Amino acid sequence: MIELSNVHKSFGKVEVLKGITASVEKGEVVCIIGPSGSGKSTILRCINGLESYDSGDILVEGARVDRNAPSIVAIRTQVSMVFQRFNLFPHRTALENVIEGPIYVKKEPRVHALERGRALLAQVGLAEKADAHPPQLSGGQQQRVAIARALAMQPKAILFDEPTSALDPELVGDVLSVMRKLADDGMTMVVVTHEMGFARDVADRVLFIDGGVIVEQGPARSVLNQPQHARTQDFLRRVLHPL
Amino acid sequence: MQAFWRDAVEFLPILMNGVALTIIVTIGSLLLSTVLGLIWALMRVSGIGIFTGFSAGLINVIRGIPIIVLLFYLYFVMPELGLTLTALQAAILGLGIAYSAYQAENFRAGIEAIDKGQIEAAQAIGMGWWQTMRRVVLPQAVRIVLPPYGNIMIMMLKDSSQASTITVAELALQGKLIASSTFKNTSVFTLVALMYLTMSIPLILLVRHFEKRAGQK
Repeated sequence: MIELSNVHKSFGKVEVLKGITASVEKGEVVCIIGPSGSGKSTILRCINGLESYDSGDILVEGARVDRNAPSIVAIRTQVSMVFQRFNLFPHRTALENVIEGPIYVKKEPRVHALERGRALLAQVGLAEKADAHPPQLSGGQQQRVAIARALAMQPKAILFDEPTSALDPELVGDVLSVMRKLADDGMTMVVVTHEMGFARDVADRVLFIDGGVIVEQGPARSVLNQPQHARTQDFLRRVLHPL
Repeated sequence: MQAFWRDAVEFLPILMNGVALTIIVTIGSLLLSTVLGLIWALMRVSGIGIFTGFSAGLINVIRGIPIIVLLFYLYFVMPELGLTLTALQAAILGLGIAYSAYQAENFRAGIEAIDKGQIEAAQAIGMGWWQTMRRVVLPQAVRIVLPPYGNIMIMMLKDSSQASTITVAELALQGKLIASSTFKNTSVFTLVALMYLTMSIPLILLVRHFEKRAGQK
């Protein structure tokens, strides 16, 4: 449902994506791993048009992603995004964050959106926090509200941009278990992450990116347990055994 | 002191007429400058070259012209170009335009202080530029913008006295007229100063309230 072919992207003179070709099937969970600065997040941001790309094609359900075309709105409502720093709207409650898109973008009736919003907060284990404002919530709770906000758009896929990297270690588990449940329910997910355990257990496929190219890809267990490429081996050794 | 009170009782009713005009000029030009300032600011942050350039240029032109010259221009020059304004209209228009530049810079600072992640989150749920501004950026920018906005209100109240130069009989001009006909300069101008101060104090308290609220987050 998401296809990238030969995508190039530069920031000034620095080329961050040097010809990325990849695809994500419906219901598939794909984890993107790699060193920081390798272009992982840029790929996600190009898929829903937060960044433009210089050449190549990105298709979402056959529609070309172009951040300056009116069609980008339809694509963004189909492909939600969860950010590293949550980016909840601080002036609105948890519930208001969740219903903002359905009411003001998808024009759902308020009563209907509220009902679904509460159900989604319950689904991420935060039913009792509906009226709390983001600054009153822990990082893990905020990220779960952000996931509920993404789900409220009833997307066909969700992009996760290092969803646990800004969290205290003891809060990571709650967020990952919500994501695991989503994967079990068949949600299409593209996850940029440093959580190798999550990638091994939940992902169908893993892409290892370094220097703007896909160095290695394949079924999660084979890439993570028996990496073929020297750069993948080196990266995994550093991540799994930092000392 | 007794003489002062006697003068106060005598001149206060005339000065109050001036106060009414001062308030009309201040509120009128405040509203105009707010609307214009918001338009300039939104043009400036729109990312559309022609709007950005126009707004930046206009703000610099307005900032570079003294208020009093702007007032003279509107009141004395515009009639020659076929647009005749009453003194009150010219005063409100002139002060409104002059202060729109400062309002615009204040609004722009508030808008640009909002975290970029907020805008991305709004875009990611499919909001367009205008909806992102209205639902996400402006409600958060208000908090940041209000304390300086209150200060601009105080400055506008005092600068409304410049309308006296184009014959608007607001507080300062009423004072000057009474003083020149009675020669009671001390009483009259002390009264005028006290009346400006009395009007400023609620605004000063308002600014303090805004600052406290902005500091809570």
